[in-house]
Amino acid sequence: MGLLTKKDAALIKDPLFDNNPITVQVLGICSALAITAKLEAAIVMAISVMFVLALGNVVISLMRNIIPSKIRIIVQLVVAAALVIIVDLVLKAYAYNLSKTLSVFVGLIITNCIIMGRFEAFALANSPWRSFLDGLGNAAGYGIILVIVAFFRELLGTGDLLGLGQKFMGHPLLGNPIPGEMSGLYALGYENNGFMLLSPMALIVLGIVIWVQRSKNPKLKED
Amino acid sequence: MEKRTDKNSYTLLFAVAMVVIVGTLLAFTAQVLKSKIEENRRIEKQQNILYAMGVNENEGTNVNFIPTDKVNTVFKQFIKKQIVIQGSKISENDKAYLIDVKAEQEFAKNPKNTRRLPLFIGEKDGKTFYIAPIRGKGLWDAVWAYIAMDKNMVVQGAFFDHKGETPGLGANITQRFFMDDFIGEHLLDKNGNFKGITVLKGNADPKNVDKLDNEVDALAGATITGNGVSAMLKDELKLYEPYFKNLK
Repeated sequence: MGLLTKKDAALIKDPLFDNNPITVQVLGICSALAITAKLEAAIVMAISVMFVLALGNVVISLMRNIIPSKIRIIVQLVVAAALVIIVDLVLKAYAYNLSKTLSVFVGLIITNCIIMGRFEAFALANSPWRSFLDGLGNAAGYGIILVIVAFFRELLGTGDLLGLGQKFMGHPLLGNPIPGEMSGLYALGYENNGFMLLSPMALIVLGIVIWVQRSKNPKLKED
Repeated sequence: MEKRTDKNSYTLLFAVAMVVIVGTLLAFTAQVLKSKIEENRRIEKQQNILYAMGVNENEGTNVNFIPTDKVNTVFKQFIKKQIVIQGSKISENDKAYLIDVKAEQEFAKNPKNTRRLPLFIGEKDGKTFYIAPIRGKGLWDAVWAYIAMDKNMVVQGAFFDHKGETPGLGANITQRFFMDDFIGEHLLDKNGNFKGITVLKGNADPKNVDKLDNEVDALAGATITGNGVSAMLKDELKLYEPYFKNLK
């Protein structure tokens, strides 16, 4: 990347893998469990968090020298809340159906620990450009895990992804589950696992992701 | 040495300025987007009402509404009359579909007030549909529906929606396999008294062949949402019963 120095590039790359906010820092778990039953919701959530975190980081960073230290947490909350409300309104105005899918969870971005964590730990001490990259990187690290978990939950839970199978084939991607017209995997005796759609399975899928990452990444190996 | 930003007066000033600036910004954004958001809500209502009476673009097992750019014309074409029932008074009002059911429920909590009940009368293929908007409580938040009935209070179509039910569980009330179960189901019992429709688990009729049993099959893992739907159908549609009695 010619545009970024090596140090800047690390700001984006680190949180994606070695220092992932969900799998390594174990932040933002609550929303990762709640909205990963459907891939579409996970993607929009990831984009919304990216917007709030990147922009919020820049705003906090610009104000880092004038924010009174006594009320800095409140200031951070106000910035996050304002941005979240703007995201919510824009979704309602221009992506009405999506805003309905996400419903309350957009509002809950405010309470996502990753956001407060990055404001406090990074933006308050770094330049706007670096804060922006840090925000992008951390949100992307959050988003990538959301997408991975949602991929497995939706596919194994409903047999479909993003409604694509329904749209183009008239039945889920894995085949037609309706008795009498069975095709694909269902004809072979496969059945959707409804348990995948429940929150406990999100935790288990997430656990598996963490396990795989920890066993493959030498930096994360513990003795 | 004390930093300038540590002073109480500075902190207070900063807080005040922040509140004013952020407040203005949010109010401004809300104002700019308001008309657009309201238009979306209006279109959605029209789509839902049409959906309940079977005017939709369903294919396979998907829920497909009339496209947003056409819905206004289609709505005028199929919905022949909109009425408002208030006590024994019945009046026509072509903005009845904009009546906020939630606000009416709140309004009617005071026993002195009589709730306005909107009812939309549509015609399709020579059949008349009476579509009622209803609202109740699910597990987490509000659930609502548009129920299309014939003059004997037999359900001809239903559209359900919710604010915050669990995705994949309670949120499945918006799926065809749940909504379509209601078609043909009777709201009155065998003696013609209002009974409602109960969402019931293990009702020995999972394919929902028996349309006279006032029961439809429940969703797995969504008992409380299902109970909410049952209660909503019972409490809300009961209010419309006198109107249907007078039709006969």
